[in-house]
Amino acid sequence: MTLLLPVLTARFWTAAGMIAAIILCSSTGEVLTAAAMKSIGDLDEIRARSGMKGAIRAVVTCPLFFAGVSFLALAFFSLLFALNHLNLSLVAPASASLTLVTNAIGGKIFLKENVDHRRWTAAVLVCIGVYFLAH
Amino acid sequence: MILGLVSLCAPLGDTCLSRGMTSLPSITLAHPLSLIAAVFTPWIAFGIALLLAFFASYLTALSWADLTYVLPATAFGNVIVALFARFFLHEAISWQRWFGVVLITVGVGFVAQGPSFTERPAPAVAVEHEPEAEEQLR
Repeated sequence: MTLLLPVLTARFWTAAGMIAAIILCSSTGEVLTAAAMKSIGDLDEIRARSGMKGAIRAVVTCPLFFAGVSFLALAFFSLLFALNHLNLSLVAPASASLTLVTNAIGGKIFLKENVDHRRWTAAVLVCIGVYFLAH
Repeated sequence: MILGLVSLCAPLGDTCLSRGMTSLPSITLAHPLSLIAAVFTPWIAFGIALLLAFFASYLTALSWADLTYVLPATAFGNVIVALFARFFLHEAISWQRWFGVVLITVGVGFVAQGPSFTERPAPAVAVEHEPEAEEQLR
Protein backbone atom coordinates (compact mmCIF):
# COMPACT_ATOMS: atom_id res chain seq x y z
CA MET A 1 0.00 0.00 0.00
CA THR A 2 2.75 2.43 1.03
CA LEU A 3 4.75 1.43 -2.08
CA LEU A 4 1.75 1.98 -4.36
CA LEU A 5 0.87 5.40 -2.95
CA PRO A 6 3.74 7.40 -4.58
CA VAL A 7 3.05 5.66 -7.93
CA LEU A 8 -0.66 6.51 -7.72
CA THR A 9 0.19 10.05 -6.64
CA ALA A 10 2.64 10.49 -9.53
CA ARG A 11 0.04 9.20 -12.00
CA PHE A 12 -2.59 11.46 -10.50
CA TRP A 13 -0.40 14.55 -10.74
CA THR A 14 0.69 13.70 -14.30
CA ALA A 15 -2.97 13.37 -15.39
CA ALA A 16 -3.93 16.50 -13.44
CA GLY A 17 -1.05 18.43 -15.04
CA MET A 18 -2.06 17.38 -18.57
CA ILE A 19 -5.71 18.30 -17.98
CA ALA A 20 -4.75 21.59 -16.29
CA ALA A 21 -2.60 22.50 -19.32
CA ILE A 22 -5.58 21.88 -21.67
CA ILE A 23 -7.93 23.92 -19.46
CA LEU A 24 -5.50 26.84 -19.02
CA CYS A 25 -4.62 27.10 -22.73
CA SER A 26 -8.22 26.59 -23.83
CA SER A 27 -9.71 29.19 -21.47
CA THR A 28 -7.04 31.79 -22.30
CA GLY A 29 -7.56 31.16 -26.03
CA GLU A 30 -11.35 31.38 -25.81
CA VAL A 31 -11.34 34.58 -23.73
CA LEU A 32 -8.84 36.22 -26.15
CA THR A 33 -10.84 35.04 -29.20
CA ALA A 34 -14.11 36.30 -27.69
CA ALA A 35 -12.43 39.67 -26.96
CA ALA A 36 -11.21 39.79 -30.58
CA MET A 37 -14.66 39.05 -32.02
CA LYS A 38 -16.27 41.69 -29.77
CA SER A 39 -13.72 44.27 -30.96
CA ILE A 40 -14.43 43.38 -34.62
CA GLY A 41 -18.24 43.57 -34.33
CA ASP A 42 -21.11 41.53 -35.80
CA LEU A 43 -19.64 39.34 -38.58
CA ASP A 44 -23.05 39.00 -40.28
CA GLU A 45 -23.28 42.80 -40.62
CA ILE A 46 -19.67 43.05 -41.90
CA ARG A 47 -20.38 40.29 -44.45
CA ALA A 48 -23.53 42.09 -45.62
CA ARG A 49 -21.59 45.34 -45.97
CA SER A 50 -18.21 44.16 -47.37
CA GLY A 51 -18.83 40.57 -48.49
CA MET A 52 -17.16 37.36 -47.29
CA LYS A 53 -13.67 38.70 -48.13
CA GLY A 54 -14.30 41.75 -45.97
CA ALA A 55 -15.41 39.56 -43.07
CA ILE A 56 -12.34 37.30 -43.38
CA ARG A 57 -10.07 40.38 -43.65
CA ALA A 58 -11.63 41.88 -40.51
CA VAL A 59 -10.88 38.67 -38.57
CA VAL A 60 -7.35 37.94 -39.84
CA THR A 61 -6.13 41.54 -39.36
CA CYS A 62 -7.02 41.49 -35.65
CA PRO A 63 -3.90 40.79 -33.48
CA LEU A 64 -6.02 39.62 -30.52
CA PHE A 65 -7.50 36.92 -32.76
CA PHE A 66 -4.02 35.48 -33.48
CA ALA A 67 -3.13 35.55 -29.78
CA GLY A 68 -6.35 33.60 -29.08
CA VAL A 69 -5.75 31.12 -31.90
CA SER A 70 -2.17 30.52 -30.67
CA PHE A 71 -3.47 29.51 -27.23
CA LEU A 72 -6.23 27.38 -28.81
CA ALA A 73 -3.56 25.64 -30.92
CA LEU A 74 -1.56 24.98 -27.75
CA ALA A 75 -4.71 23.57 -26.14
CA PHE A 76 -5.27 21.36 -29.21
CA PHE A 77 -1.76 19.87 -29.07
CA SER A 78 -2.07 19.45 -25.29
CA LEU A 79 -5.31 17.52 -25.95
CA LEU A 80 -3.62 15.31 -28.57
CA PHE A 81 -0.75 14.65 -26.16
CA ALA A 82 -3.13 13.84 -23.28
CA LEU A 83 -5.27 11.55 -25.48
CA ASN A 84 -2.14 9.60 -26.32
CA HIS A 85 -1.45 8.90 -22.62
CA LEU A 86 -4.84 9.01 -20.89
CA ASN A 87 -8.29 7.57 -21.63
CA LEU A 88 -10.78 9.70 -23.55
CA SER A 89 -13.32 8.93 -20.79
CA LEU A 90 -11.08 10.87 -18.36
CA VAL A 91 -9.71 13.67 -20.57
CA ALA A 92 -12.95 14.63 -22.40
CA PRO A 93 -15.28 15.06 -19.39
CA ALA A 94 -12.65 16.62 -17.14
CA SER A 95 -11.37 19.18 -19.66
CA ALA A 96 -14.77 19.95 -21.27
CA SER A 97 -16.65 20.40 -18.01
CA LEU A 98 -13.99 22.36 -16.09
CA THR A 99 -13.36 24.64 -19.08
CA LEU A 100 -16.99 25.81 -18.84
CA VAL A 101 -16.44 27.05 -15.29
CA THR A 102 -13.03 28.67 -15.98
CA ASN A 103 -14.54 30.39 -19.05
CA ALA A 104 -17.40 31.77 -16.96
CA ILE A 105 -14.80 33.18 -14.53
CA GLY A 106 -12.71 34.54 -17.43
CA GLY A 107 -15.81 36.06 -19.09
CA LYS A 108 -16.77 37.79 -15.85
CA ILE A 109 -13.28 39.13 -14.98
CA PHE A 110 -11.68 39.89 -18.34
CA LEU A 111 -14.60 40.40 -20.76
CA LYS A 112 -16.82 42.17 -18.14
CA GLU A 113 -19.75 40.05 -19.25
CA ASN A 114 -22.92 40.13 -17.21
CA VAL A 115 -22.62 36.62 -15.71
CA ASP A 116 -25.84 36.63 -13.69
CA HIS A 117 -27.20 33.79 -11.51
CA ARG A 118 -28.86 32.28 -14.61
CA ARG A 119 -25.51 31.91 -16.43
CA TRP A 120 -23.68 30.63 -13.33
CA THR A 121 -26.41 28.01 -12.84
CA ALA A 122 -26.22 27.04 -16.52
CA ALA A 123 -22.40 26.76 -16.40
CA VAL A 124 -22.48 24.54 -13.29
CA LEU A 125 -25.38 22.36 -14.54
CA VAL A 126 -23.75 21.86 -17.96
CA CYS A 127 -20.39 21.19 -16.25
CA ILE A 128 -21.87 18.38 -14.11
CA GLY A 129 -23.98 17.18 -17.05
CA VAL A 130 -20.97 16.89 -19.39
CA TYR A 131 -19.12 14.97 -16.67
CA PHE A 132 -21.94 12.44 -16.30
CA LEU A 133 -22.51 12.19 -20.05
CA ALA A 134 -18.91 11.56 -21.01
CA HIS A 135 -17.82 9.52 -17.99
CA MET B 1 -28.54 27.53 -37.14
CA ILE B 2 -25.03 28.83 -36.27
CA LEU B 3 -25.20 27.46 -32.70
CA GLY B 4 -26.50 24.15 -34.13
CA LEU B 5 -23.47 23.89 -36.46
CA VAL B 6 -21.14 24.64 -33.51
CA SER B 7 -22.93 21.95 -31.44
CA LEU B 8 -22.66 19.22 -34.10
CA CYS B 9 -19.20 19.79 -35.59
CA ALA B 10 -17.29 19.97 -32.25
CA PRO B 11 -18.22 16.53 -30.77
CA LEU B 12 -17.98 14.79 -34.16
CA GLY B 13 -14.54 16.34 -34.74
CA ASP B 14 -13.35 15.28 -31.26
CA THR B 15 -14.56 11.71 -31.91
CA CYS B 16 -12.54 11.57 -35.16
CA LEU B 17 -9.44 12.90 -33.31
CA SER B 18 -9.83 10.31 -30.57
CA ARG B 19 -10.18 7.46 -33.07
CA GLY B 20 -7.13 8.71 -35.00
CA MET B 21 -4.91 9.19 -31.93
CA THR B 22 -5.70 5.85 -30.28
CA SER B 23 -4.73 4.01 -33.48
CA LEU B 24 -1.25 5.64 -33.42
CA PRO B 25 1.76 4.34 -31.46
CA SER B 26 2.59 6.08 -28.18
CA ILE B 27 3.96 9.62 -28.60
CA THR B 28 6.50 10.95 -26.08
CA LEU B 29 7.90 14.41 -25.36
CA ALA B 30 11.24 13.17 -26.74
CA HIS B 31 9.69 13.08 -30.25
CA PRO B 32 7.32 16.09 -30.41
CA LEU B 33 7.46 16.17 -34.23
CA SER B 34 5.47 12.93 -34.38
CA LEU B 35 2.47 15.03 -33.24
CA ILE B 36 2.83 17.09 -36.44
CA ALA B 37 2.97 13.89 -38.53
CA ALA B 38 -0.25 12.70 -36.82
CA VAL B 39 -2.10 15.70 -38.31
CA PHE B 40 -1.81 14.18 -41.81
CA THR B 41 -3.44 10.83 -40.99
CA PRO B 42 -7.01 10.46 -42.45
CA TRP B 43 -9.04 10.38 -39.20
CA ILE B 44 -7.12 13.31 -37.70
CA ALA B 45 -7.38 15.28 -40.99
CA PHE B 46 -11.17 14.70 -41.16
CA GLY B 47 -11.48 15.65 -37.48
CA ILE B 48 -9.55 18.87 -38.16
CA ALA B 49 -11.86 19.68 -41.15
CA LEU B 50 -14.90 19.31 -38.87
CA LEU B 51 -13.23 21.41 -36.19
CA LEU B 52 -12.49 24.15 -38.77
CA ALA B 53 -16.23 24.24 -39.65
CA PHE B 54 -16.93 24.43 -35.91
CA PHE B 55 -14.45 27.28 -35.48
CA ALA B 56 -15.93 29.40 -38.30
CA SER B 57 -19.43 29.03 -36.82
CA TYR B 58 -18.09 29.63 -33.30
CA LEU B 59 -16.41 32.92 -34.34
CA THR B 60 -19.62 34.11 -36.00
CA ALA B 61 -21.59 33.29 -32.83
CA LEU B 62 -19.03 35.10 -30.63
CA SER B 63 -19.35 38.25 -32.78
CA TRP B 64 -22.99 38.74 -31.67
CA ALA B 65 -23.23 36.84 -28.36
CA ASP B 66 -21.34 36.59 -25.05
CA LEU B 67 -18.82 33.79 -24.43
CA THR B 68 -20.78 32.77 -21.31
CA TYR B 69 -23.92 32.42 -23.50
CA VAL B 70 -22.33 30.60 -26.45
CA LEU B 71 -20.43 27.92 -24.49
CA PRO B 72 -23.31 26.42 -22.44
CA ALA B 73 -25.63 26.65 -25.48
CA THR B 74 -23.19 24.75 -27.70
CA ALA B 75 -22.78 22.02 -25.04
CA PHE B 76 -26.19 20.86 -26.28
CA GLY B 77 -24.19 19.07 -29.02
CA ASN B 78 -23.32 16.38 -26.46
CA VAL B 79 -27.04 15.75 -25.98
CA ILE B 80 -27.57 15.50 -29.77
CA VAL B 81 -24.74 12.95 -30.04
CA ALA B 82 -26.15 10.89 -27.11
CA LEU B 83 -29.65 10.87 -28.68
CA PHE B 84 -28.15 9.98 -32.07
CA ALA B 85 -26.24 7.08 -30.47
CA ARG B 86 -29.42 5.85 -28.73
CA PHE B 87 -31.99 6.08 -31.52
CA PHE B 88 -29.92 5.58 -34.71
CA LEU B 89 -26.99 3.44 -33.55
CA HIS B 90 -29.14 1.63 -30.93
CA GLU B 91 -26.39 1.96 -28.29
CA ALA B 92 -27.26 1.37 -24.64
CA ILE B 93 -27.27 4.61 -22.63
CA SER B 94 -26.69 4.25 -18.88
CA TRP B 95 -28.77 6.16 -16.32
CA GLN B 96 -25.72 8.33 -15.58
CA ARG B 97 -25.69 9.47 -19.21
CA TRP B 98 -29.44 10.17 -19.24
CA PHE B 99 -28.88 12.18 -16.04
CA GLY B 100 -26.14 14.12 -17.87
CA VAL B 101 -28.51 14.74 -20.82
CA VAL B 102 -31.18 16.11 -18.44
CA LEU B 103 -28.68 18.39 -16.63
CA ILE B 104 -27.30 19.84 -19.89
CA THR B 105 -30.80 20.39 -21.28
CA VAL B 106 -31.89 22.21 -18.11
CA GLY B 107 -28.62 24.23 -18.13
CA VAL B 108 -29.12 25.26 -21.78
CA GLY B 109 -32.74 26.18 -20.96
CA PHE B 110 -31.49 28.46 -18.17
CA VAL B 111 -28.99 30.33 -20.35
CA ALA B 112 -31.32 30.51 -23.39
CA GLN B 113 -33.96 32.38 -21.33
CA GLY B 114 -31.62 35.31 -20.72
CA PRO B 115 -30.14 37.91 -23.10
CA SER B 116 -27.41 36.67 -25.44
CA PHE B 117 -25.34 39.86 -25.25
CA THR B 118 -24.21 42.15 -22.40
CA GLU B 119 -25.47 45.64 -23.15
CA ARG B 120 -22.68 48.24 -22.91
CA PRO B 121 -23.36 51.85 -21.84
CA ALA B 122 -23.46 54.30 -24.75
CA PRO B 123 -20.14 56.16 -25.43
CA ALA B 124 -19.76 59.42 -23.49
CA VAL B 125 -19.18 61.40 -26.75
CA ALA B 126 -22.69 60.65 -27.97
CA VAL B 127 -24.17 61.88 -24.67
CA GLU B 128 -22.16 65.11 -24.82
CA HIS B 129 -23.57 65.91 -28.27
CA GLU B 130 -27.18 65.42 -27.26
CA PRO B 131 -27.80 68.94 -25.76
CA GLU B 132 -26.24 70.54 -28.87
CA ALA B 133 -28.52 68.52 -31.11
CA GLU B 134 -31.53 69.60 -28.99
CA GLU B 135 -30.46 73.26 -29.27
CA GLN B 136 -30.15 72.93 -33.03
CA LEU B 137 -33.64 71.47 -33.22
CA ARG B 138 -35.00 74.47 -31.26
